[in-house]
Amino acid sequence: MKRLEELFFKCLMIGSTVVLLSVLLYILFVVIEKGLPSLSWEMISQIPGGGFYLGKEGGILNAIIGSLYLIFFSVIISLMISVPVVMYLNFTLRRKSRFAAFARLTFDVLFGIPSIVYGAFGFTVMIFFGLQASLLGGIIAVSMLIIPVMIRSIDEVAVLISPDLVEATKSLGATNYETLKVIIRQLLPGISTAVLLSIGRGIGDAATVLFTAGYTDSIPTSLTQPTATLPLAIFFQLSSPIDEVQNRAYSAALVLTIIILILSFSARYFSRRLSKNKI
Amino acid sequence: MELIIDPLISEVPKSKVKNPSRSLKTHIIVEKLNLFIQGNHILRDINMSIPDKSITCIIGPSGCGKTTLLRAFNRLHDDSVDVKITGKLFVDGEDIYAKDTEVTHIRKKMGLLAQRPCPLPMSILENVVYGPRIHGVRGKRKLYEIARNQLLAVGLWNEVKDRLKSPASRLSLGQQQRLCLARGLAVEPEIILGDEATSALDPISSKTIEELFLSIKEKYTVVLVTHTLRQAKRIADYVAFMYLGELVEFGTSDQIFNHPKHQLTREYISGGFS
Amino acid sequence: MLFATVMAIFFLFLIGGGLFVNSLSIIKEKGLWTLLTTSNWRPFKGDFGFASYIISTLYVTGIAIIIALPLSLLTSVYIIEYASPGILRAFSSVVDLLSGIPPVIYGVWGTLTIVPFISEKVAPHFNALSTGYSVLAGGIVLAIMITPLIISILMEVFLAVPKEMREASMSLGATKWQTVKKVVLRKSVPGIVAATVLAISRAFGETIAVLMVCGNFTDIPKSIFDACYPIPALIANNYGEMMSVPKYESALMLAAFLLFFIIVVFNVISRLVLVQIDKRYKL
Repeated sequence: MKRLEELFFKCLMIGSTVVLLSVLLYILFVVIEKGLPSLSWEMISQIPGGGFYLGKEGGILNAIIGSLYLIFFSVIISLMISVPVVMYLNFTLRRKSRFAAFARLTFDVLFGIPSIVYGAFGFTVMIFFGLQASLLGGIIAVSMLIIPVMIRSIDEVAVLISPDLVEATKSLGATNYETLKVIIRQLLPGISTAVLLSIGRGIGDAATVLFTAGYTDSIPTSLTQPTATLPLAIFFQLSSPIDEVQNRAYSAALVLTIIILILSFSARYFSRRLSKNKI
Repeated sequence: MELIIDPLISEVPKSKVKNPSRSLKTHIIVEKLNLFIQGNHILRDINMSIPDKSITCIIGPSGCGKTTLLRAFNRLHDDSVDVKITGKLFVDGEDIYAKDTEVTHIRKKMGLLAQRPCPLPMSILENVVYGPRIHGVRGKRKLYEIARNQLLAVGLWNEVKDRLKSPASRLSLGQQQRLCLARGLAVEPEIILGDEATSALDPISSKTIEELFLSIKEKYTVVLVTHTLRQAKRIADYVAFMYLGELVEFGTSDQIFNHPKHQLTREYISGGFS
Repeated sequence: MLFATVMAIFFLFLIGGGLFVNSLSIIKEKGLWTLLTTSNWRPFKGDFGFASYIISTLYVTGIAIIIALPLSLLTSVYIIEYASPGILRAFSSVVDLLSGIPPVIYGVWGTLTIVPFISEKVAPHFNALSTGYSVLAGGIVLAIMITPLIISILMEVFLAVPKEMREASMSLGATKWQTVKKVVLRKSVPGIVAATVLAISRAFGETIAVLMVCGNFTDIPKSIFDACYPIPALIANNYGEMMSVPKYESALMLAAFLLFFIIVVFNVISRLVLVQIDKRYKL
């Protein structure tokens, strides 16, 4: 009897693992199958032409560039906030400080807040400052979304750095600035992984940009102009009744998926290199 | 290195051996045991006979393989992917490393007391009866009786009889270790294995555990890994000295401590290295 | 640096405060109780009853958890307790990949595969008529989205169970499965609960994927094959109109605040539990 029960559950366990694996493969398969036929050089190198939404020429370059601009500025802003915060938590405060624990709890909670809330809040902020839906609005919302992601990711690496390193550097007579440089050099692989993870999170998210970035067929030339983004490009085109346009949505989805896969693998690669060089 | 296997000699040195064991039957026989972890030769050609119903202490400097050997006795290495074992290990004449042996049957014969007391995440009562339950014993009364007997045997009964249902983790370390011993005894083993069972405890609790070992050796074969020579001197009937994965010398407590035959043994006993 | 940290922490309260302040006007007008329990949603008439949206959200999340929890538990137990280290490493990559896929891709996939599957194969089997855009579709897609989260937490929780405990159980003659059942799982109960609560909070807030497969239909769904309208979808779909109708913006901000509040509470509790587990492990 015991044997039967163990065998039964073992089958279930292996079964569910296989199911999960198959689902991942299935998702990738469907995206590739549907998206590949419509993927063409025009798709990724042109902005929508006149009758794009009716099935005529053009491509999704507006969305690709828009997303890239968006994530680029968001990552910069996030870095400017995340790195000092992590440095403070790990190298200025004592390890066991209550404040640090409280801060980490807050950041974990912020990490768990859904993107729609960031979108809605970003919208409120925009109204407050009288901004229109624009690249800037999108940047504000996406930055808010990825700051907790970045803090968490860099923090994970920073805790591993021994406090002795800081003391040793200081006792050798380094100034605060020079100590900073040493620490940052140690953190660099961790920061790159964090950046990759944040890009992955931010570039694919629709709910943050839905209210805040607007949508347009052209590539924005200033921060106050609305911008297209990949997730919204997919979403809007999918809702079209025209087959041509739907197919384009699939290829846009494929482009996004490829970007994400590249980011994921790079992040894994970097974090493995990081653990090899640990002191 | 010479291997000295003594327990089958008919003369039993009288001095310094407390309660010399009645029979010189062997309970466990280790034959040409070799153990590799990730290719490293950790246990080298061990040949050993553990006498029945007595206390055998395995001593040696840290890293000599004594814990690894002990854990090989109840096949605890089964789950480690990196471990390869060759050779034979006979318990009651049965080679436990033979192809078809059922491991749970082997483990039931042995109780293991680990270095850090490890109560299971349940109440005191449930801890003690965990083993019997696994092996099919049913009935609240019967299980209660078993628990009572074993807790009495380890001297815990009076301390816990009013709180049998409370979590075992609330006990002190010394009490937890006694609970683990009761738990191990509840499956009616033949052999008790102790892996530095007192090293995490305060002196008083350690003494209690040592006394328990002395009291149970009438009925069980006890094999202890110990890191202090003093403990071995206090309670061992037989001593095995290991060094760098090999069994250097085996004999009665008196032989090893007072008339060691091997140079290394002599050095270790006199505190030359650890 | 201190300033940045304080600002970042303050941020959490800022969001909560901001959303709350914006929802005040509709709370004042209608009263929180009415808003939460009526299901009349006619913005142009000034009726804002959230009940059917709340029910939709709960319904979809419930289905998602019912599917995801057993799946995640079984898989995590297998990976940690039974599988070889090589499989563990490979599987971690799979989990990472799954959690990195953007929600909109899940939405696309859901529309292409799950929705037709339900309308053509599943619903007829139960003699129900369904477009496929349903609670079930939302539940399935959500389940797949939250599974990687549950698995990654469970993996850490199981790894935190001390090796000695497993060995103690096995030394008493228990089989691996008995050890898993009676020792590992029992010790991991707080962690499992925390993982579930976190997963629920993630499911509550997921917007775009659910929006694409749930049907966006306001009436309270009567079966899992009916369309539904969870709160995030409500917010996302109507932001365009909210400026034109009085109180609409406030109502949607209230919706966002409700989400925020529940999710924050769930997160705080689970994270505190997980920190406790972490502490005990490190000791």
